[in-house]
Amino acid sequence: MKKHLFLVCLLLFPATVFAHTRGGEALGFVSGLHHPVSGWDHVLAMVAVGLWGAQLGPPAVWLLPVTFPMVMAFGGMLGLMGVQLPGIEACIALSAIALGLMVLREAKPNLWAAAFLVGFFAIFHGHAHGTELPPGANGLLYSIGFVVATGTLHAVGISIGTIHRWPKGRVALRVAGAVVMAGGGFFLWRALA
Amino acid sequence: MRRLLWLLALLVVIPLPAHAHLMNTGLGPFYDGLAHPFVSPEDLLPVIALACLAGLRGPRFGRAVLFALPAAWLASAVAGPMLPLPFATAFMTIALGAMVAADKPLPLWLVVGGAVVLGLLHGSGNGVELARQKSVFLGAGGIAVALFVVVSMLAGQVTSVRAAWARIVVRVAGSWIAAMGLFMLGWSVKR
Repeated sequence: MKKHLFLVCLLLFPATVFAHTRGGEALGFVSGLHHPVSGWDHVLAMVAVGLWGAQLGPPAVWLLPVTFPMVMAFGGMLGLMGVQLPGIEACIALSAIALGLMVLREAKPNLWAAAFLVGFFAIFHGHAHGTELPPGANGLLYSIGFVVATGTLHAVGISIGTIHRWPKGRVALRVAGAVVMAGGGFFLWRALA
Repeated sequence: MRRLLWLLALLVVIPLPAHAHLMNTGLGPFYDGLAHPFVSPEDLLPVIALACLAGLRGPRFGRAVLFALPAAWLASAVAGPMLPLPFATAFMTIALGAMVAADKPLPLWLVVGGAVVLGLLHGSGNGVELARQKSVFLGAGGIAVALFVVVSMLAGQVTSVRAAWARIVVRVAGSWIAAMGLFMLGWSVKR
């Protein structure tokens, strides 16, 4: 009986905790991963880039999704450096309108013009979202999660865009472009109201 | 243009306090070093980009980088801490990621030179922490072994890529790493 009591006392004996966690690693990555999908204006534009790329075919199908994250990161870097940009929210909404319009019209401009259009708007997305680091989170891991999530949204757009090979799929894609445009219009109205 | 280049060069060599902490596995300094690259994205990202770049360029590049990178890293960590240059590591990540995304032919000396510079820069950053822990040789040895494994696995895998789409996947990964490098540069400035 005394032996059992001793064991119970031993279990209840408080010891110093050594379970140190490294500062905000998991929080940073998960926050970064979650951030792009938490705002519909961003999601619409990202998916539209993939849809448009799928309509344009190779090499735009992978060149546009490569351009966007790189230029977006440049915009994020400008934000981190304290460079201010005017009308960010309105430009993000405009990006959805412009990219939706491209998908709706099945526009096929020069490859560099398409990359420029996508890259121009990417700066505003990066500036707005790339710098919103939750307190205590690891900045680099937040950025990694952010880039991975953005790239994945492009991949979702490209995957949906594979329906482009069928006549009805083409029509559906153009309707999707109209939906993206309408969403962009709503966010523009909200940004300017 | 020349002024801008001077400004960039100056930014690269500005030293900042080191933040290259080695993790404590509880298994000793060798294993601490072995685990270090896998829990330090600022070290791992440019290594992944370099391994992909070497793999895209072919087996000859892969073999050269496989030995050049760990050797330079080990030598720099053991030689003693130099001034840590976080801007330079961010620039290296951007440059290596962009080269993978571009997938253009490059001379062997440039890729091997990139591996040596990367090893010297990051090795010196790790050397600061290793010197503090008084376990330079074992810790640096562990890091070098981990790098050897990472480069051999990645470069070997990428070298064997034949399908066009798979090569594009590697290039997209390079562009993501360049994007992460841009953010790394931003965080270095904001720090």
